[in-house]
Amino acid sequence: MSRHAALTREHLRVNPIACEAHGMCAELLPEQIALDEWGYPLVGDEPVAFELLELARQAVRACPTRALLLERRETR
Amino acid sequence: MSAVLAAGGAPSAYWYLTRSTGAVALVLLTMVVALGIADVRRYSSPMWPRFVVDALHGNAALLAVVFVVLHIFTSVLDGFAPISLAAAVIPFVSEYRPFWLGLGAVAFDLLLALVITSLMRGRISPSAWRAVHWLAYACWPIALLHGFGTGSDARGSWYLLLTIACTAVVAVAVVARTLGGWRANPRGSALALAGLGAFMLFLVIWLPNGPLERNWARRSGTPASLLGHSAHAALAAPGRLGSVRLVLGDAGAPDADHAEGAQ
Amino acid sequence: MSVAVSAPSATLPRLLDGVPAEGAMTLDVHLAVHGVAPWVGGSRRASAARSPMIDEVARAGLCGRGGGGFPTAIKMRAVADAGGAGSRAPSWWAPGRRPIVVVNAAEGEPASLKDRTLLEALPHLVLDGAALSAEAVGADEAIVCVCSLSVDAQESVERAIVERGGQDRVRFSIADLPARYVAGQESALVRFLSGGPALPIFTPPMPFERGVRQRPTLVNNPETLAHVALIARYGAGWFRQLGTASQPGSALVTLGGAVAGPGVYEIEHGASLASLIDAAGGATEELRAVLIGGYAGAWVDARHLPALALADEQLAPYGARLGTGVVVLLGESGCGPAETARVTRWLARESAGQCGPCVHGLGAIATCLEGAVAGVPEGGSQRIAHLLSIVSRRGACSHPDGTARFVESAVEVFAEELAEHARNGPCLACATANMLPLPASRRGGPR
Repeated sequence: MSRHAALTREHLRVNPIACEAHGMCAELLPEQIALDEWGYPLVGDEPVAFELLELARQAVRACPTRALLLERRETR
Repeated sequence: MSAVLAAGGAPSAYWYLTRSTGAVALVLLTMVVALGIADVRRYSSPMWPRFVVDALHGNAALLAVVFVVLHIFTSVLDGFAPISLAAAVIPFVSEYRPFWLGLGAVAFDLLLALVITSLMRGRISPSAWRAVHWLAYACWPIALLHGFGTGSDARGSWYLLLTIACTAVVAVAVVARTLGGWRANPRGSALALAGLGAFMLFLVIWLPNGPLERNWARRSGTPASLLGHSAHAALAAPGRLGSVRLVLGDAGAPDADHAEGAQ
Repeated sequence: MSVAVSAPSATLPRLLDGVPAEGAMTLDVHLAVHGVAPWVGGSRRASAARSPMIDEVARAGLCGRGGGGFPTAIKMRAVADAGGAGSRAPSWWAPGRRPIVVVNAAEGEPASLKDRTLLEALPHLVLDGAALSAEAVGADEAIVCVCSLSVDAQESVERAIVERGGQDRVRFSIADLPARYVAGQESALVRFLSGGPALPIFTPPMPFERGVRQRPTLVNNPETLAHVALIARYGAGWFRQLGTASQPGSALVTLGGAVAGPGVYEIEHGASLASLIDAAGGATEELRAVLIGGYAGAWVDARHLPALALADEQLAPYGARLGTGVVVLLGESGCGPAETARVTRWLARESAGQCGPCVHGLGAIATCLEGAVAGVPEGGSQRIAHLLSIVSRRGACSHPDGTARFVESAVEVFAEELAEHARNGPCLACATANMLPLPASRRGGPR
């Protein structure tokens, strides 16, 4: 049984209970976060592009309720 | 205007520093309140995106803490009034104008609670954070009253203008907050407006009869030894660092009002 | 090690074997019909992760019957592993890792009656399953959670626990749940039992890792546990003699709507829907559509009826899943859009109120549907399609997803009626649309 090394990428995830639609994440990372008509974030499943990682981290820090998360997931 | 030279010596730099850092702290706290309300009202514009409003609110608060700490240290180091470090954080234990100084300690404690809970946001429950943050509406007026009650600049026009401007900014911000909260909580908003109105009324009535009066220093609890009936009294109360104060007869000097009255 | 009692015939009824017409099956009758339950045996230190009970359930291919359909053995193994059962006995410095079993009989789905029926009529089957699962994962406590409005079910379970008189190695208790739709959601249930509100939490941590009072928690539907009780006695082979390869065994379904004999029936997975309707006395009128899986399920056009079989694999092409086993027949005299709009408004009110997209989205969807039924469509079909696309997977639980699936299927199946309503406004059947049951006394709604 062999196991090849899996590539991990960072993904954005929103904690919908903590989110209060402040909207700072979408301002800082408009490339990957949009807002719906009520101000809540629409975050895709795709991994964060490498060049945007630092911005993504800023967006995570900027969220007043710590609702935006960066998760490391394996992509195959 | 007569000057009583108690001993060769100018007011220490600490005296000026404590007044100025206090004034700057008040301005910063006013900014913090205004930005905080803009934040919760979700204000944003092309020049002022949300993350800027929020970050500025937080940074101004941290800067305010720095200035309040400087204000505390310089007032402790300044030899004129007997203010201990403990009195700066424990309310009402000071010998010098205990009530009004104590208000400053209360405001400082509240400010620390606000800043610490905000730095720990995410590690404490959202409702706990919110409950403490509402105390901001108590912190600012208490700081303002502390400034009037403790300071000797109250009758100085610059200070009065400054505080009027700050009060106006906070009043406008609070009105904006209550108007925004009207739909969700009409009773709470009405109460808040009433509270604001009552506070403004209180200021309008109290200021001319209190801090702006000549005998305020005595009435606010300045120790008798500092009230300079005569040069001897001033000499009898050496400062903690041995520096002796110059009691000047113009506004802006410590307890000059009483010295004047004694003329 | 399960000791096979003289295996019963490989046909139905299984769970409902010997079910009394009224009241509960007493312990004596239960033991007479099903025999004594074989206990896993051994001391508590026996490694539960290698418990033969769990292996048997795995071989049987039993999946959860609470709507999720998750393989039961995998859940049990996860809880047993999380509890480190057996490898370390709990001690005073590490007391909290002993697993705990929760029987989720909340049955928030208004159209479902099977869990209540099981508790009222066959409590010992469920309690057997709970005790066996507890043994298998290393738990010594089992909490039976019943909706506070289901008084009969509660009383039946109480009596049954007393009847068993402590013969089990498990301590049973009963918990009273608030009558809210989301209270039966796994993380909400666990939060409530730990002293909090009955509202879902953001996961991780999952209940099998950190659940009630921070302990690994095994949450199971009562029907799942009833199946476990029988698998323990008769084995995986017997269980697989009914059903399909991908979905073995039997299941309880709640049949309602335009049928002569509504109620709870036991079916074999893969049985045709037509045969179930026949067994229930036939439909009372020409059918228009069938709702499968409850209010988080999907509508299927009745013209597909001959091809519909009660198994997930066979239902998948029609966009449906068996889920909680609810099947409701809508007759031609009814109004699909009106029924759907009514239920959707209720679902919107039952939102836990914690997540913006759910609170706003479901309300907007309900408004759209109500407008469509009244003939004043708000934004047309694009609006509702857009809303449906942005509520799924944006809540902490799957409530918005279920509602979206339900509405999406309605929009597709009732396209004709909806076009009618857009032209002519409400139809005659709209005013009397109350076939899909909704709890009268519950007052849901976000706070």
